[in-house]
Amino acid sequence: MTLSTAAPAANAAAPLRAPRRPRRPGNALAPSHRGDGRLAWILIAPAAIGFLAFAVYPTLRGIYLSFTDYRLLSSPTFIGVQNFVDMVQDSTFWSSLLVTVYFVILAVALTLAFSLLTAAILHRVTKSTVLRGLIILPFLISGVVAATVWSWMLDPQLGIVNVLIEHLGASPVKFLTSREWAIPSLAVISVWKNLGYTSIIIFAGLQTIPPTIYEAGRLDGASEAKMFFRLTLPLLRPILALVVVLNVIGAFQVFDIVSVATKGGPANASLVLQMYIYQKAFGQFDFGYASAMSLALFLILIVITFVQMRLLRANESDNA
Amino acid sequence: MTAAAVTPSRTTSARRPRRRPRVGRGVAWIYLILVVLATLFPFYWMLRSALSNNFSMIADPSNPLPVGFTWGPFLRVLGLESTQEAIAQGGSGASVPILHYLLNSVIYATLSTACIVFFSTLAAYAFSRLQWRGRELVFSFFLAALMVPGILTLLPNFVLIKDLGLLNSFAGMILPGALFSAFNIFFLRQFMLGLSSEIEEAALLDGAGKLRMLFGITLPMTSGPIITLTILGFIGQWHDYFWPLLVTSDDSVAPLTLGLAIFKQSSPQSQPDWAGLMAATLVAALPMLILFMVFGKRIVNSIGFSGLK
Repeated sequence: MTLSTAAPAANAAAPLRAPRRPRRPGNALAPSHRGDGRLAWILIAPAAIGFLAFAVYPTLRGIYLSFTDYRLLSSPTFIGVQNFVDMVQDSTFWSSLLVTVYFVILAVALTLAFSLLTAAILHRVTKSTVLRGLIILPFLISGVVAATVWSWMLDPQLGIVNVLIEHLGASPVKFLTSREWAIPSLAVISVWKNLGYTSIIIFAGLQTIPPTIYEAGRLDGASEAKMFFRLTLPLLRPILALVVVLNVIGAFQVFDIVSVATKGGPANASLVLQMYIYQKAFGQFDFGYASAMSLALFLILIVITFVQMRLLRANESDNA
Repeated sequence: MTAAAVTPSRTTSARRPRRRPRVGRGVAWIYLILVVLATLFPFYWMLRSALSNNFSMIADPSNPLPVGFTWGPFLRVLGLESTQEAIAQGGSGASVPILHYLLNSVIYATLSTACIVFFSTLAAYAFSRLQWRGRELVFSFFLAALMVPGILTLLPNFVLIKDLGLLNSFAGMILPGALFSAFNIFFLRQFMLGLSSEIEEAALLDGAGKLRMLFGITLPMTSGPIITLTILGFIGQWHDYFWPLLVTSDDSVAPLTLGLAIFKQSSPQSQPDWAGLMAATLVAALPMLILFMVFGKRIVNSIGFSGLK
């Protein structure tokens, strides 16, 4: 079975709630579902165990650990909101939150702008699967690989980027080893890695827009730019909302490229929150404090997601 | 005279909308070519550096072709070169068990993907093709898990795996993600809800049981989305870094992502073995690139598909 582009449309149309089955007279529908209950519970048992053991339980335990002093070797002792008091007074926490927000804004804004442009152009110019395949390649390598390659390309002395900068007569830039450039450089790595992936998702969204709309627009004499802002963007809003939310959530939890490319340095200039949490938990074995920061990050993400959904009105579509 | 004045202006206005898009198309193509070049250049640079002699490369950093062409970096990364040969070419002399990491990655990604897709399929079937009390309620509980990002569960899950004594084992690495995925279940359920029930009803008349219907009818009809989730899941697991970093403390089950990070950190700061590092990243990337050559179109469609769910 091939995945045609028509499939998602049909799939998206499937209602969230199961449709009520039409009851046909004389057809014994109810008996055909006799015994479904027991089978259903057997079938969902593995998922239910996973849900309880590795989603519900750790969530509750994580919240509990946030209110404890827990050094992993001894059992946790309840200390109330002490971790959160410490957090408010911890300048490293605030600086790492700031660093994270800076990274998120740079990485998401750039990824989104370039992905939207790339997808829109692909949509209007060519439907080539080969081209889409080529730009998706960075999605197929891990953050670790991406960060390693870019560390080499951005090396202060021998990296090709700095060699070219020197050829142009400028002085080399310490991309990953200077305070001012560390986060922008990490954002570039992240954009490079996510651009194709995000473009393809937006491209798929564009393909659900009926071409007749553009024909109508062209008959009215609308320019390409005008059609993009007046037709494409509004119709794309549900997909864009999803893409923004996913990108923001992902960027807030960035870890692997930071861990490999800068290790949070220099002097904590790229110490993102996830990295700081890791250091607290596995460097200093302060699991209580690390859990409290995780909870804080979780709450930040919930608020941001909620605000974004409201701003982008993700559930509504201008399609109707 | 009026006609003569009107005609030229009409022809220019008719020509204009035809010419403008053509210029626009040219700019659009230039942009696309630049994007593709920017996307591909790091891959080329990986290959070029991996085929260079590390010492010669440092002396000639801007050469677009491999400097002092050699298979050395690949050989030393794969442990096929003697220490003297490696050091002569600018290697660190330290050995990296890259094939061991590669095998670990294959086991980790394959087992965890197979488990999660299988168990998600079972659950999705129960949530879509079976009628039972509490179905919608249980499903909405499951769905709520989509709201909780990994950040909150990672540390407690580590503590749990540690308490179970499963650190440094495949079981510990795989278990937390092997049973339950809200996204997978939601994705498959949406598709299964849209399936026609006529074949099932015919099978029912033939006396087929529900379990046989799942494997004989629903599963084959859902093969497209299942393959989508398998491919995306495998890619995701192959790239996983944070969780394996938490639950492994030695090389025994560490996957390639960890091995590569260790290799990079152990490379001497003063003069890193960039050629060897690039060879190692290529070895790490190769399985995915091969997967891409085989399933390229499917991967591209899967990604678009997953966004639309």
